[in-house]
Amino acid sequence: MSGEAAAMPASVTPAAAARLRASVQGWLLLLPAAALLALFTHYPTIATFWHSFFSTPKGARGSVFVGMDNYRQMIDDPIFWQVLKNNAYFALGTIPLSIGLALLMAVWVNGRLAGKGALRLAYFTPTVLPMIAVANIWLFFYTPQYGLFEQVVGAFGFTAPNFLGTKDTVLASLIVVAVWKEAGFFMIFYLAALQQMSPSLAEAAAIEGASRWYFFRRVTFPLLMPTTLFVLVNAIINSFRLVDHIVVMTKGGPDNASALLLYYVYEVGFRFWDSAYAAALTMVLLLMLGALAVGQFLFLDRKVHYR
Amino acid sequence: MKLFKLWLSMIALWAAAPFALAQTEISFFYPVAVGGPVTKIIDGYAADFEKENPGIKVKPIYAGTYQETIVKALTAHKSGEPPVTSVLLSTDMFTLIDEDAIVPIDNFATTAEDKAWLASFYPAFMQNSRTGGKTWGVPFQRSTIVLYWNKELFKEAGLDPNKPPATWAEMVSYAQKLTKKDASGKITQYGVQIPSSGFPYWLFQGLTTENDAILMNDAGNEVYFDKPGVIDALQYWIDLSKKHNVHPPGITEWGTTPRDFFEKKIAMMWTTTGNLTNVKNNAKFDFGVAMLPAAKKRGSPTGGGNFYIFKKSSPAQQQAAFKFIKWITSPAHAAQWGIDTGYVAVRADAFETPAMKQYVASFPPAAVARDQLQFAVAEFSTHDNQRVTKALNDGLQAALTGTKTAEQAMKDAQVEATRLLRSYK
Repeated sequence: MSGEAAAMPASVTPAAAARLRASVQGWLLLLPAAALLALFTHYPTIATFWHSFFSTPKGARGSVFVGMDNYRQMIDDPIFWQVLKNNAYFALGTIPLSIGLALLMAVWVNGRLAGKGALRLAYFTPTVLPMIAVANIWLFFYTPQYGLFEQVVGAFGFTAPNFLGTKDTVLASLIVVAVWKEAGFFMIFYLAALQQMSPSLAEAAAIEGASRWYFFRRVTFPLLMPTTLFVLVNAIINSFRLVDHIVVMTKGGPDNASALLLYYVYEVGFRFWDSAYAAALTMVLLLMLGALAVGQFLFLDRKVHYR
Repeated sequence: MKLFKLWLSMIALWAAAPFALAQTEISFFYPVAVGGPVTKIIDGYAADFEKENPGIKVKPIYAGTYQETIVKALTAHKSGEPPVTSVLLSTDMFTLIDEDAIVPIDNFATTAEDKAWLASFYPAFMQNSRTGGKTWGVPFQRSTIVLYWNKELFKEAGLDPNKPPATWAEMVSYAQKLTKKDASGKITQYGVQIPSSGFPYWLFQGLTTENDAILMNDAGNEVYFDKPGVIDALQYWIDLSKKHNVHPPGITEWGTTPRDFFEKKIAMMWTTTGNLTNVKNNAKFDFGVAMLPAAKKRGSPTGGGNFYIFKKSSPAQQQAAFKFIKWITSPAHAAQWGIDTGYVAVRADAFETPAMKQYVASFPPAAVARDQLQFAVAEFSTHDNQRVTKALNDGLQAALTGTKTAEQAMKDAQVEATRLLRSYK
């Protein structure tokens, strides 16, 4: 654009001037958002990338260039591999479950039934509640001996495990909280998409004698694909973004069984004060999310039916 | 330009005229880690101090939990504008020294009177405030671990409600009597609980101290996790649930432990003295507070926060902060702070003040923590503190959840900690 402006002769045609005005106006409108993005997203990303090749400055010892050392340290760090594995399980546990539930709830509250307003609200409530408060409530649900789950299981004469205090159950317990928290949020997107669907499709299918399941499988679900893609991207990002629940409920324990990648980044950066290693870990997180997003939009996009 | 500067300084003079000429402002970050109106109390102290010292303005800034406060303070230090003083964990001393963020208190305590003031704190608290022959922190909000017991449940179990366990063996035998099962064999009430989430090393240090083992050296660059005394202490903790079935299995949550106690799901608990006011207000039954039981001797680590003075402040500000710290830790104020919050007053003469004497007379448990101080040791703290502590925490949790034996867990933690500390030798 600047090249165009520089090449402009002194006398310009009215059409070109109007075009220039329009594009300047467009850029000006974009400027605030672009400036904020550059300041708080792009610059920090580049700075993090840069810092990941230096050592952490400590007091009198300044920061020096160490090349790939931080990345090499990562390969030798068993906790890094553990949190990566945890995060993979966490993503596999939360994403299909929360999306499936969201779809189910959306179809359910989209139908004609009494009190659907209240039901929609009920499903959406977990999303509105503050994360820290939610985590504290769930902490008591999971408490051994008198927690909610213990009482339910106890009513049938069984003993519930110490959910958050056992390595085998802690991650699954966190997955349940995340699904509970997110399904309602994703439901809203599905509901919006369902509401836009023309009722004539259902009528036509009914005349043709299609079963409800067939109609859902061959008509509704394909039409919801753009929404599913959007929700999927969000779900993946969220599964790598969870920190609050871990801080309140487990602090990554027992023995790192519930530590996720971002929590580990926080721990390394702000508890160990090893900002260089934290920068390297952040780059891994960014790269993974970036690769997933690109993959989703490039490959899944082709299979998505847009109207 | 010159004229402009003159004009500016005139404006500044005019603006400052109503105030004392040399007004020094000191910013002061502090965390809140216990219940109660702590921010109000601190603001009140700052106002009182300003009244007595017109030249100094204290700006207390509530900065969240201990962890959030050190994040804010160190970030501010790295950007070049740290608070003048801050209350941070006593165990953060090595971290703050390594970051070159603080100055020794000895720089300011030069007169005989000042030196007497520094010598007046309980030695147990000073252990976490000194290293390499220098004093880096001033004890302020400090605590220790104590044992709380439910007198009603003791009576039900046929135990003397006024006699807490004094030894490890007694604690096990009491806990066996205090553990109840229902008809189906399910345990409905456990004898004792030592929480193990978040920072198990602190409670573990109670056990190791009682077993006459130490975890680190004074220089903070060597640890002794794999010594037999330490492994035995961990084995005792594991056995409480694995062998004797008197302690809930797995990791027990620090945050819900007082609640477990109120709900009568546990008859005895180990937790901080900082919970004293909480238990006093919420326990619907008669309870007692005792020193931790002994294996070879009594013992507990200390905990809590110290005052530090930051390096990048101006000398005038540092002097003013020193004055404020001296004021707020004077016997009368230390006593008042202890009464207001439940923290242990940090010096012996605070317990001689009329206000504290009256408080202890009306609420004897308040004196237990003080009496235990003679057996107390420094809280676990080394260089690269949080990382080394994490190695220990991970090992403890692995052993308590049964994924590693006590010996294996402590040996692994020792190897990891030694690796982390090699550059501080």
